[in-house]
Amino acid sequence: MVYLLCLVLFLIGIYGVLTQRNLIKIILSLAVVESSVSLFLILLGYRVGGIAPIETAARPHESFIGMSVDPLPQAMVLTAIVISLGVLALSIAIAMRLYQRYGTYDVTQIRNLRG
Amino acid sequence: MDLLPLIVAVPLLAGFVLPLVPKRAERLADGLALLTAAVLAALSIVALRMPDCIYAIGGWNPPIGINFVLDGASKLMLLVVCVITFVITLYSPAYMVRFTGKRKFYALFFLMVAGMNGVVLTGDMFNLFVFIEIASIASYALVGFGCQKEELEASFRYLVLGSVASSMILLGIALLYAKMGTVNMAHLSDKIAAAGGLGGAGPTTPEGKASALLIFATVLFICGLGLKAALVPFHAWLPDAHPSAPTPISAMLSGLLIKTVGVYALARVLFSVIGITPVVSNVLMILGALSMVVGVFVAIGQWDFKRLLAYHSISQMGYIVLAIGLATPLGVVAGLFHLVNHAIFKPLLFLTAGSVEYRTGTRQLDQMGGLNKKMPVTGTTSFIASMSIAGVPPFNGFFSKLLIIIACFQAGRYGFAIAAVVVSILTLASFTKVQKYAFFGPLKQKWGRITEVPATMAAAMALLAVLCLASSALMLKGPREFLLGNAQRSLTERQEYVERVLGNKHAGGDESLKSF
Repeated sequence: MVYLLCLVLFLIGIYGVLTQRNLIKIILSLAVVESSVSLFLILLGYRVGGIAPIETAARPHESFIGMSVDPLPQAMVLTAIVISLGVLALSIAIAMRLYQRYGTYDVTQIRNLRG
Repeated sequence: MDLLPLIVAVPLLAGFVLPLVPKRAERLADGLALLTAAVLAALSIVALRMPDCIYAIGGWNPPIGINFVLDGASKLMLLVVCVITFVITLYSPAYMVRFTGKRKFYALFFLMVAGMNGVVLTGDMFNLFVFIEIASIASYALVGFGCQKEELEASFRYLVLGSVASSMILLGIALLYAKMGTVNMAHLSDKIAAAGGLGGAGPTTPEGKASALLIFATVLFICGLGLKAALVPFHAWLPDAHPSAPTPISAMLSGLLIKTVGVYALARVLFSVIGITPVVSNVLMILGALSMVVGVFVAIGQWDFKRLLAYHSISQMGYIVLAIGLATPLGVVAGLFHLVNHAIFKPLLFLTAGSVEYRTGTRQLDQMGGLNKKMPVTGTTSFIASMSIAGVPPFNGFFSKLLIIIACFQAGRYGFAIAAVVVSILTLASFTKVQKYAFFGPLKQKWGRITEVPATMAAAMALLAVLCLASSALMLKGPREFLLGNAQRSLTERQEYVERVLGNKHAGGDESLKSF
């Protein structure tokens, strides 16, 4: 069920990207889309009552595998977050430059290209 | 074998070293960039002669660690990417003098090349995503490199659509991981095949059929990678982004980027990992045919030289996807052949358009006229490229289009074959217009003083024009089998791919996982 919430979040983000007119709001919607995917990935590895995926001598190997959360999605999410941070920084830089050129954040007034 | 990481590491290193060159020594930066590109081209040719192999990064063997895979398809793509990159690097120094920050340009340029080479080599789904993002982020920045109004706008639109596409790809990968518990391509392929693939013929698990999530993931991959490849319902960003970039980047984007992060990645995921089914094949063919037809119809009405070329990119990508979507051996060979040819003639067309803009300062076709008299090299190479893209016999475009049409007939898809012929004729019409308005006819008064472009730019264009003719040789049996046949087999034979990566007793992959 909780996975469906991620999908809902994803769709909300897409809706925002498609309908918003303000550049900053579009960028925020983009961040929502990216966060929803990160959330989904991290939930995949989650286990209720799980322990950190660090193996110690105190715990036998079999029970460790049964209890720890999956570390792979955590590694992937870290990478995905860094990438989305890069995209976010670049998009904000472009939005600032656009504001300098046009004096507005409204996409309906930034319309030189025909698409 | 130890050569594989170098193919990604060399451009990555160059990307970070070149901005450190002091501004006074921009000549040195030019030289280093050219040297890097030459080394890359040499590496790709050496890789061509190596046997198929894999490289496990950090010594972690395939099902666990990330690995690079060198097989027929990646050899072909590496050769195309590295050689074309070399030619475009040759063109760049003289062209880029009108922009400030040439060294930053090189940094982004080589970052993009590193990303593309990584996409081609990687054998890991998540790593594929990371390399797609490296190449894409560099390209977003490069589209807006001039910081003019239109360029920023195109860059922003490209960034928004590209990021949504990337999120879809990542979601698809997450779904595959959720279902199959691995992100290694070969391991995934093996497990998906065991689960019955997309068709859902496999055993029904307690959580329902494995195929439902797989279908969702496939749709996400087709949308996400289709957006990166600018197939027709997802093409809106391309006609803005490609012409707005500086010319060498337009050539890189149209010639290489949409192919590696778009078509190649799509083919790799659909053929090698998920496994193609008739439904997916039909979807690809319809997307391809739509792109082909819509692209060329919009292109005919364009008067902006680079914009016209960008629409033709959509149309030609349609040919490639249509042919690969046929999923017959001949179809895939024809698609890859056209991919190689398009990677040669489209950069050449963009470079000639850039040369005209370099001397005249305009991209409007009706402002030009008679430029052949003043710019013979640009005029001749542009003519060769136009004839190639339009599919006129001695040039490469004719042979690949012929193969595509034959493949369509062979598969019994007569409608698509006829569409391909009609689009080819319309392409010829469109490029007749380009040649007539830009290069033939009387010379306009105001262009009396222009001269040919600098020697390095002319040399780059001449080199590509020679390649336009030379790549026709891929039609001969020997070279075709060696380059295209191997590439086709490595894409379509899933079992071979799995065995190449995981070894013959690939069930052992699970054993080694258990010991963890």
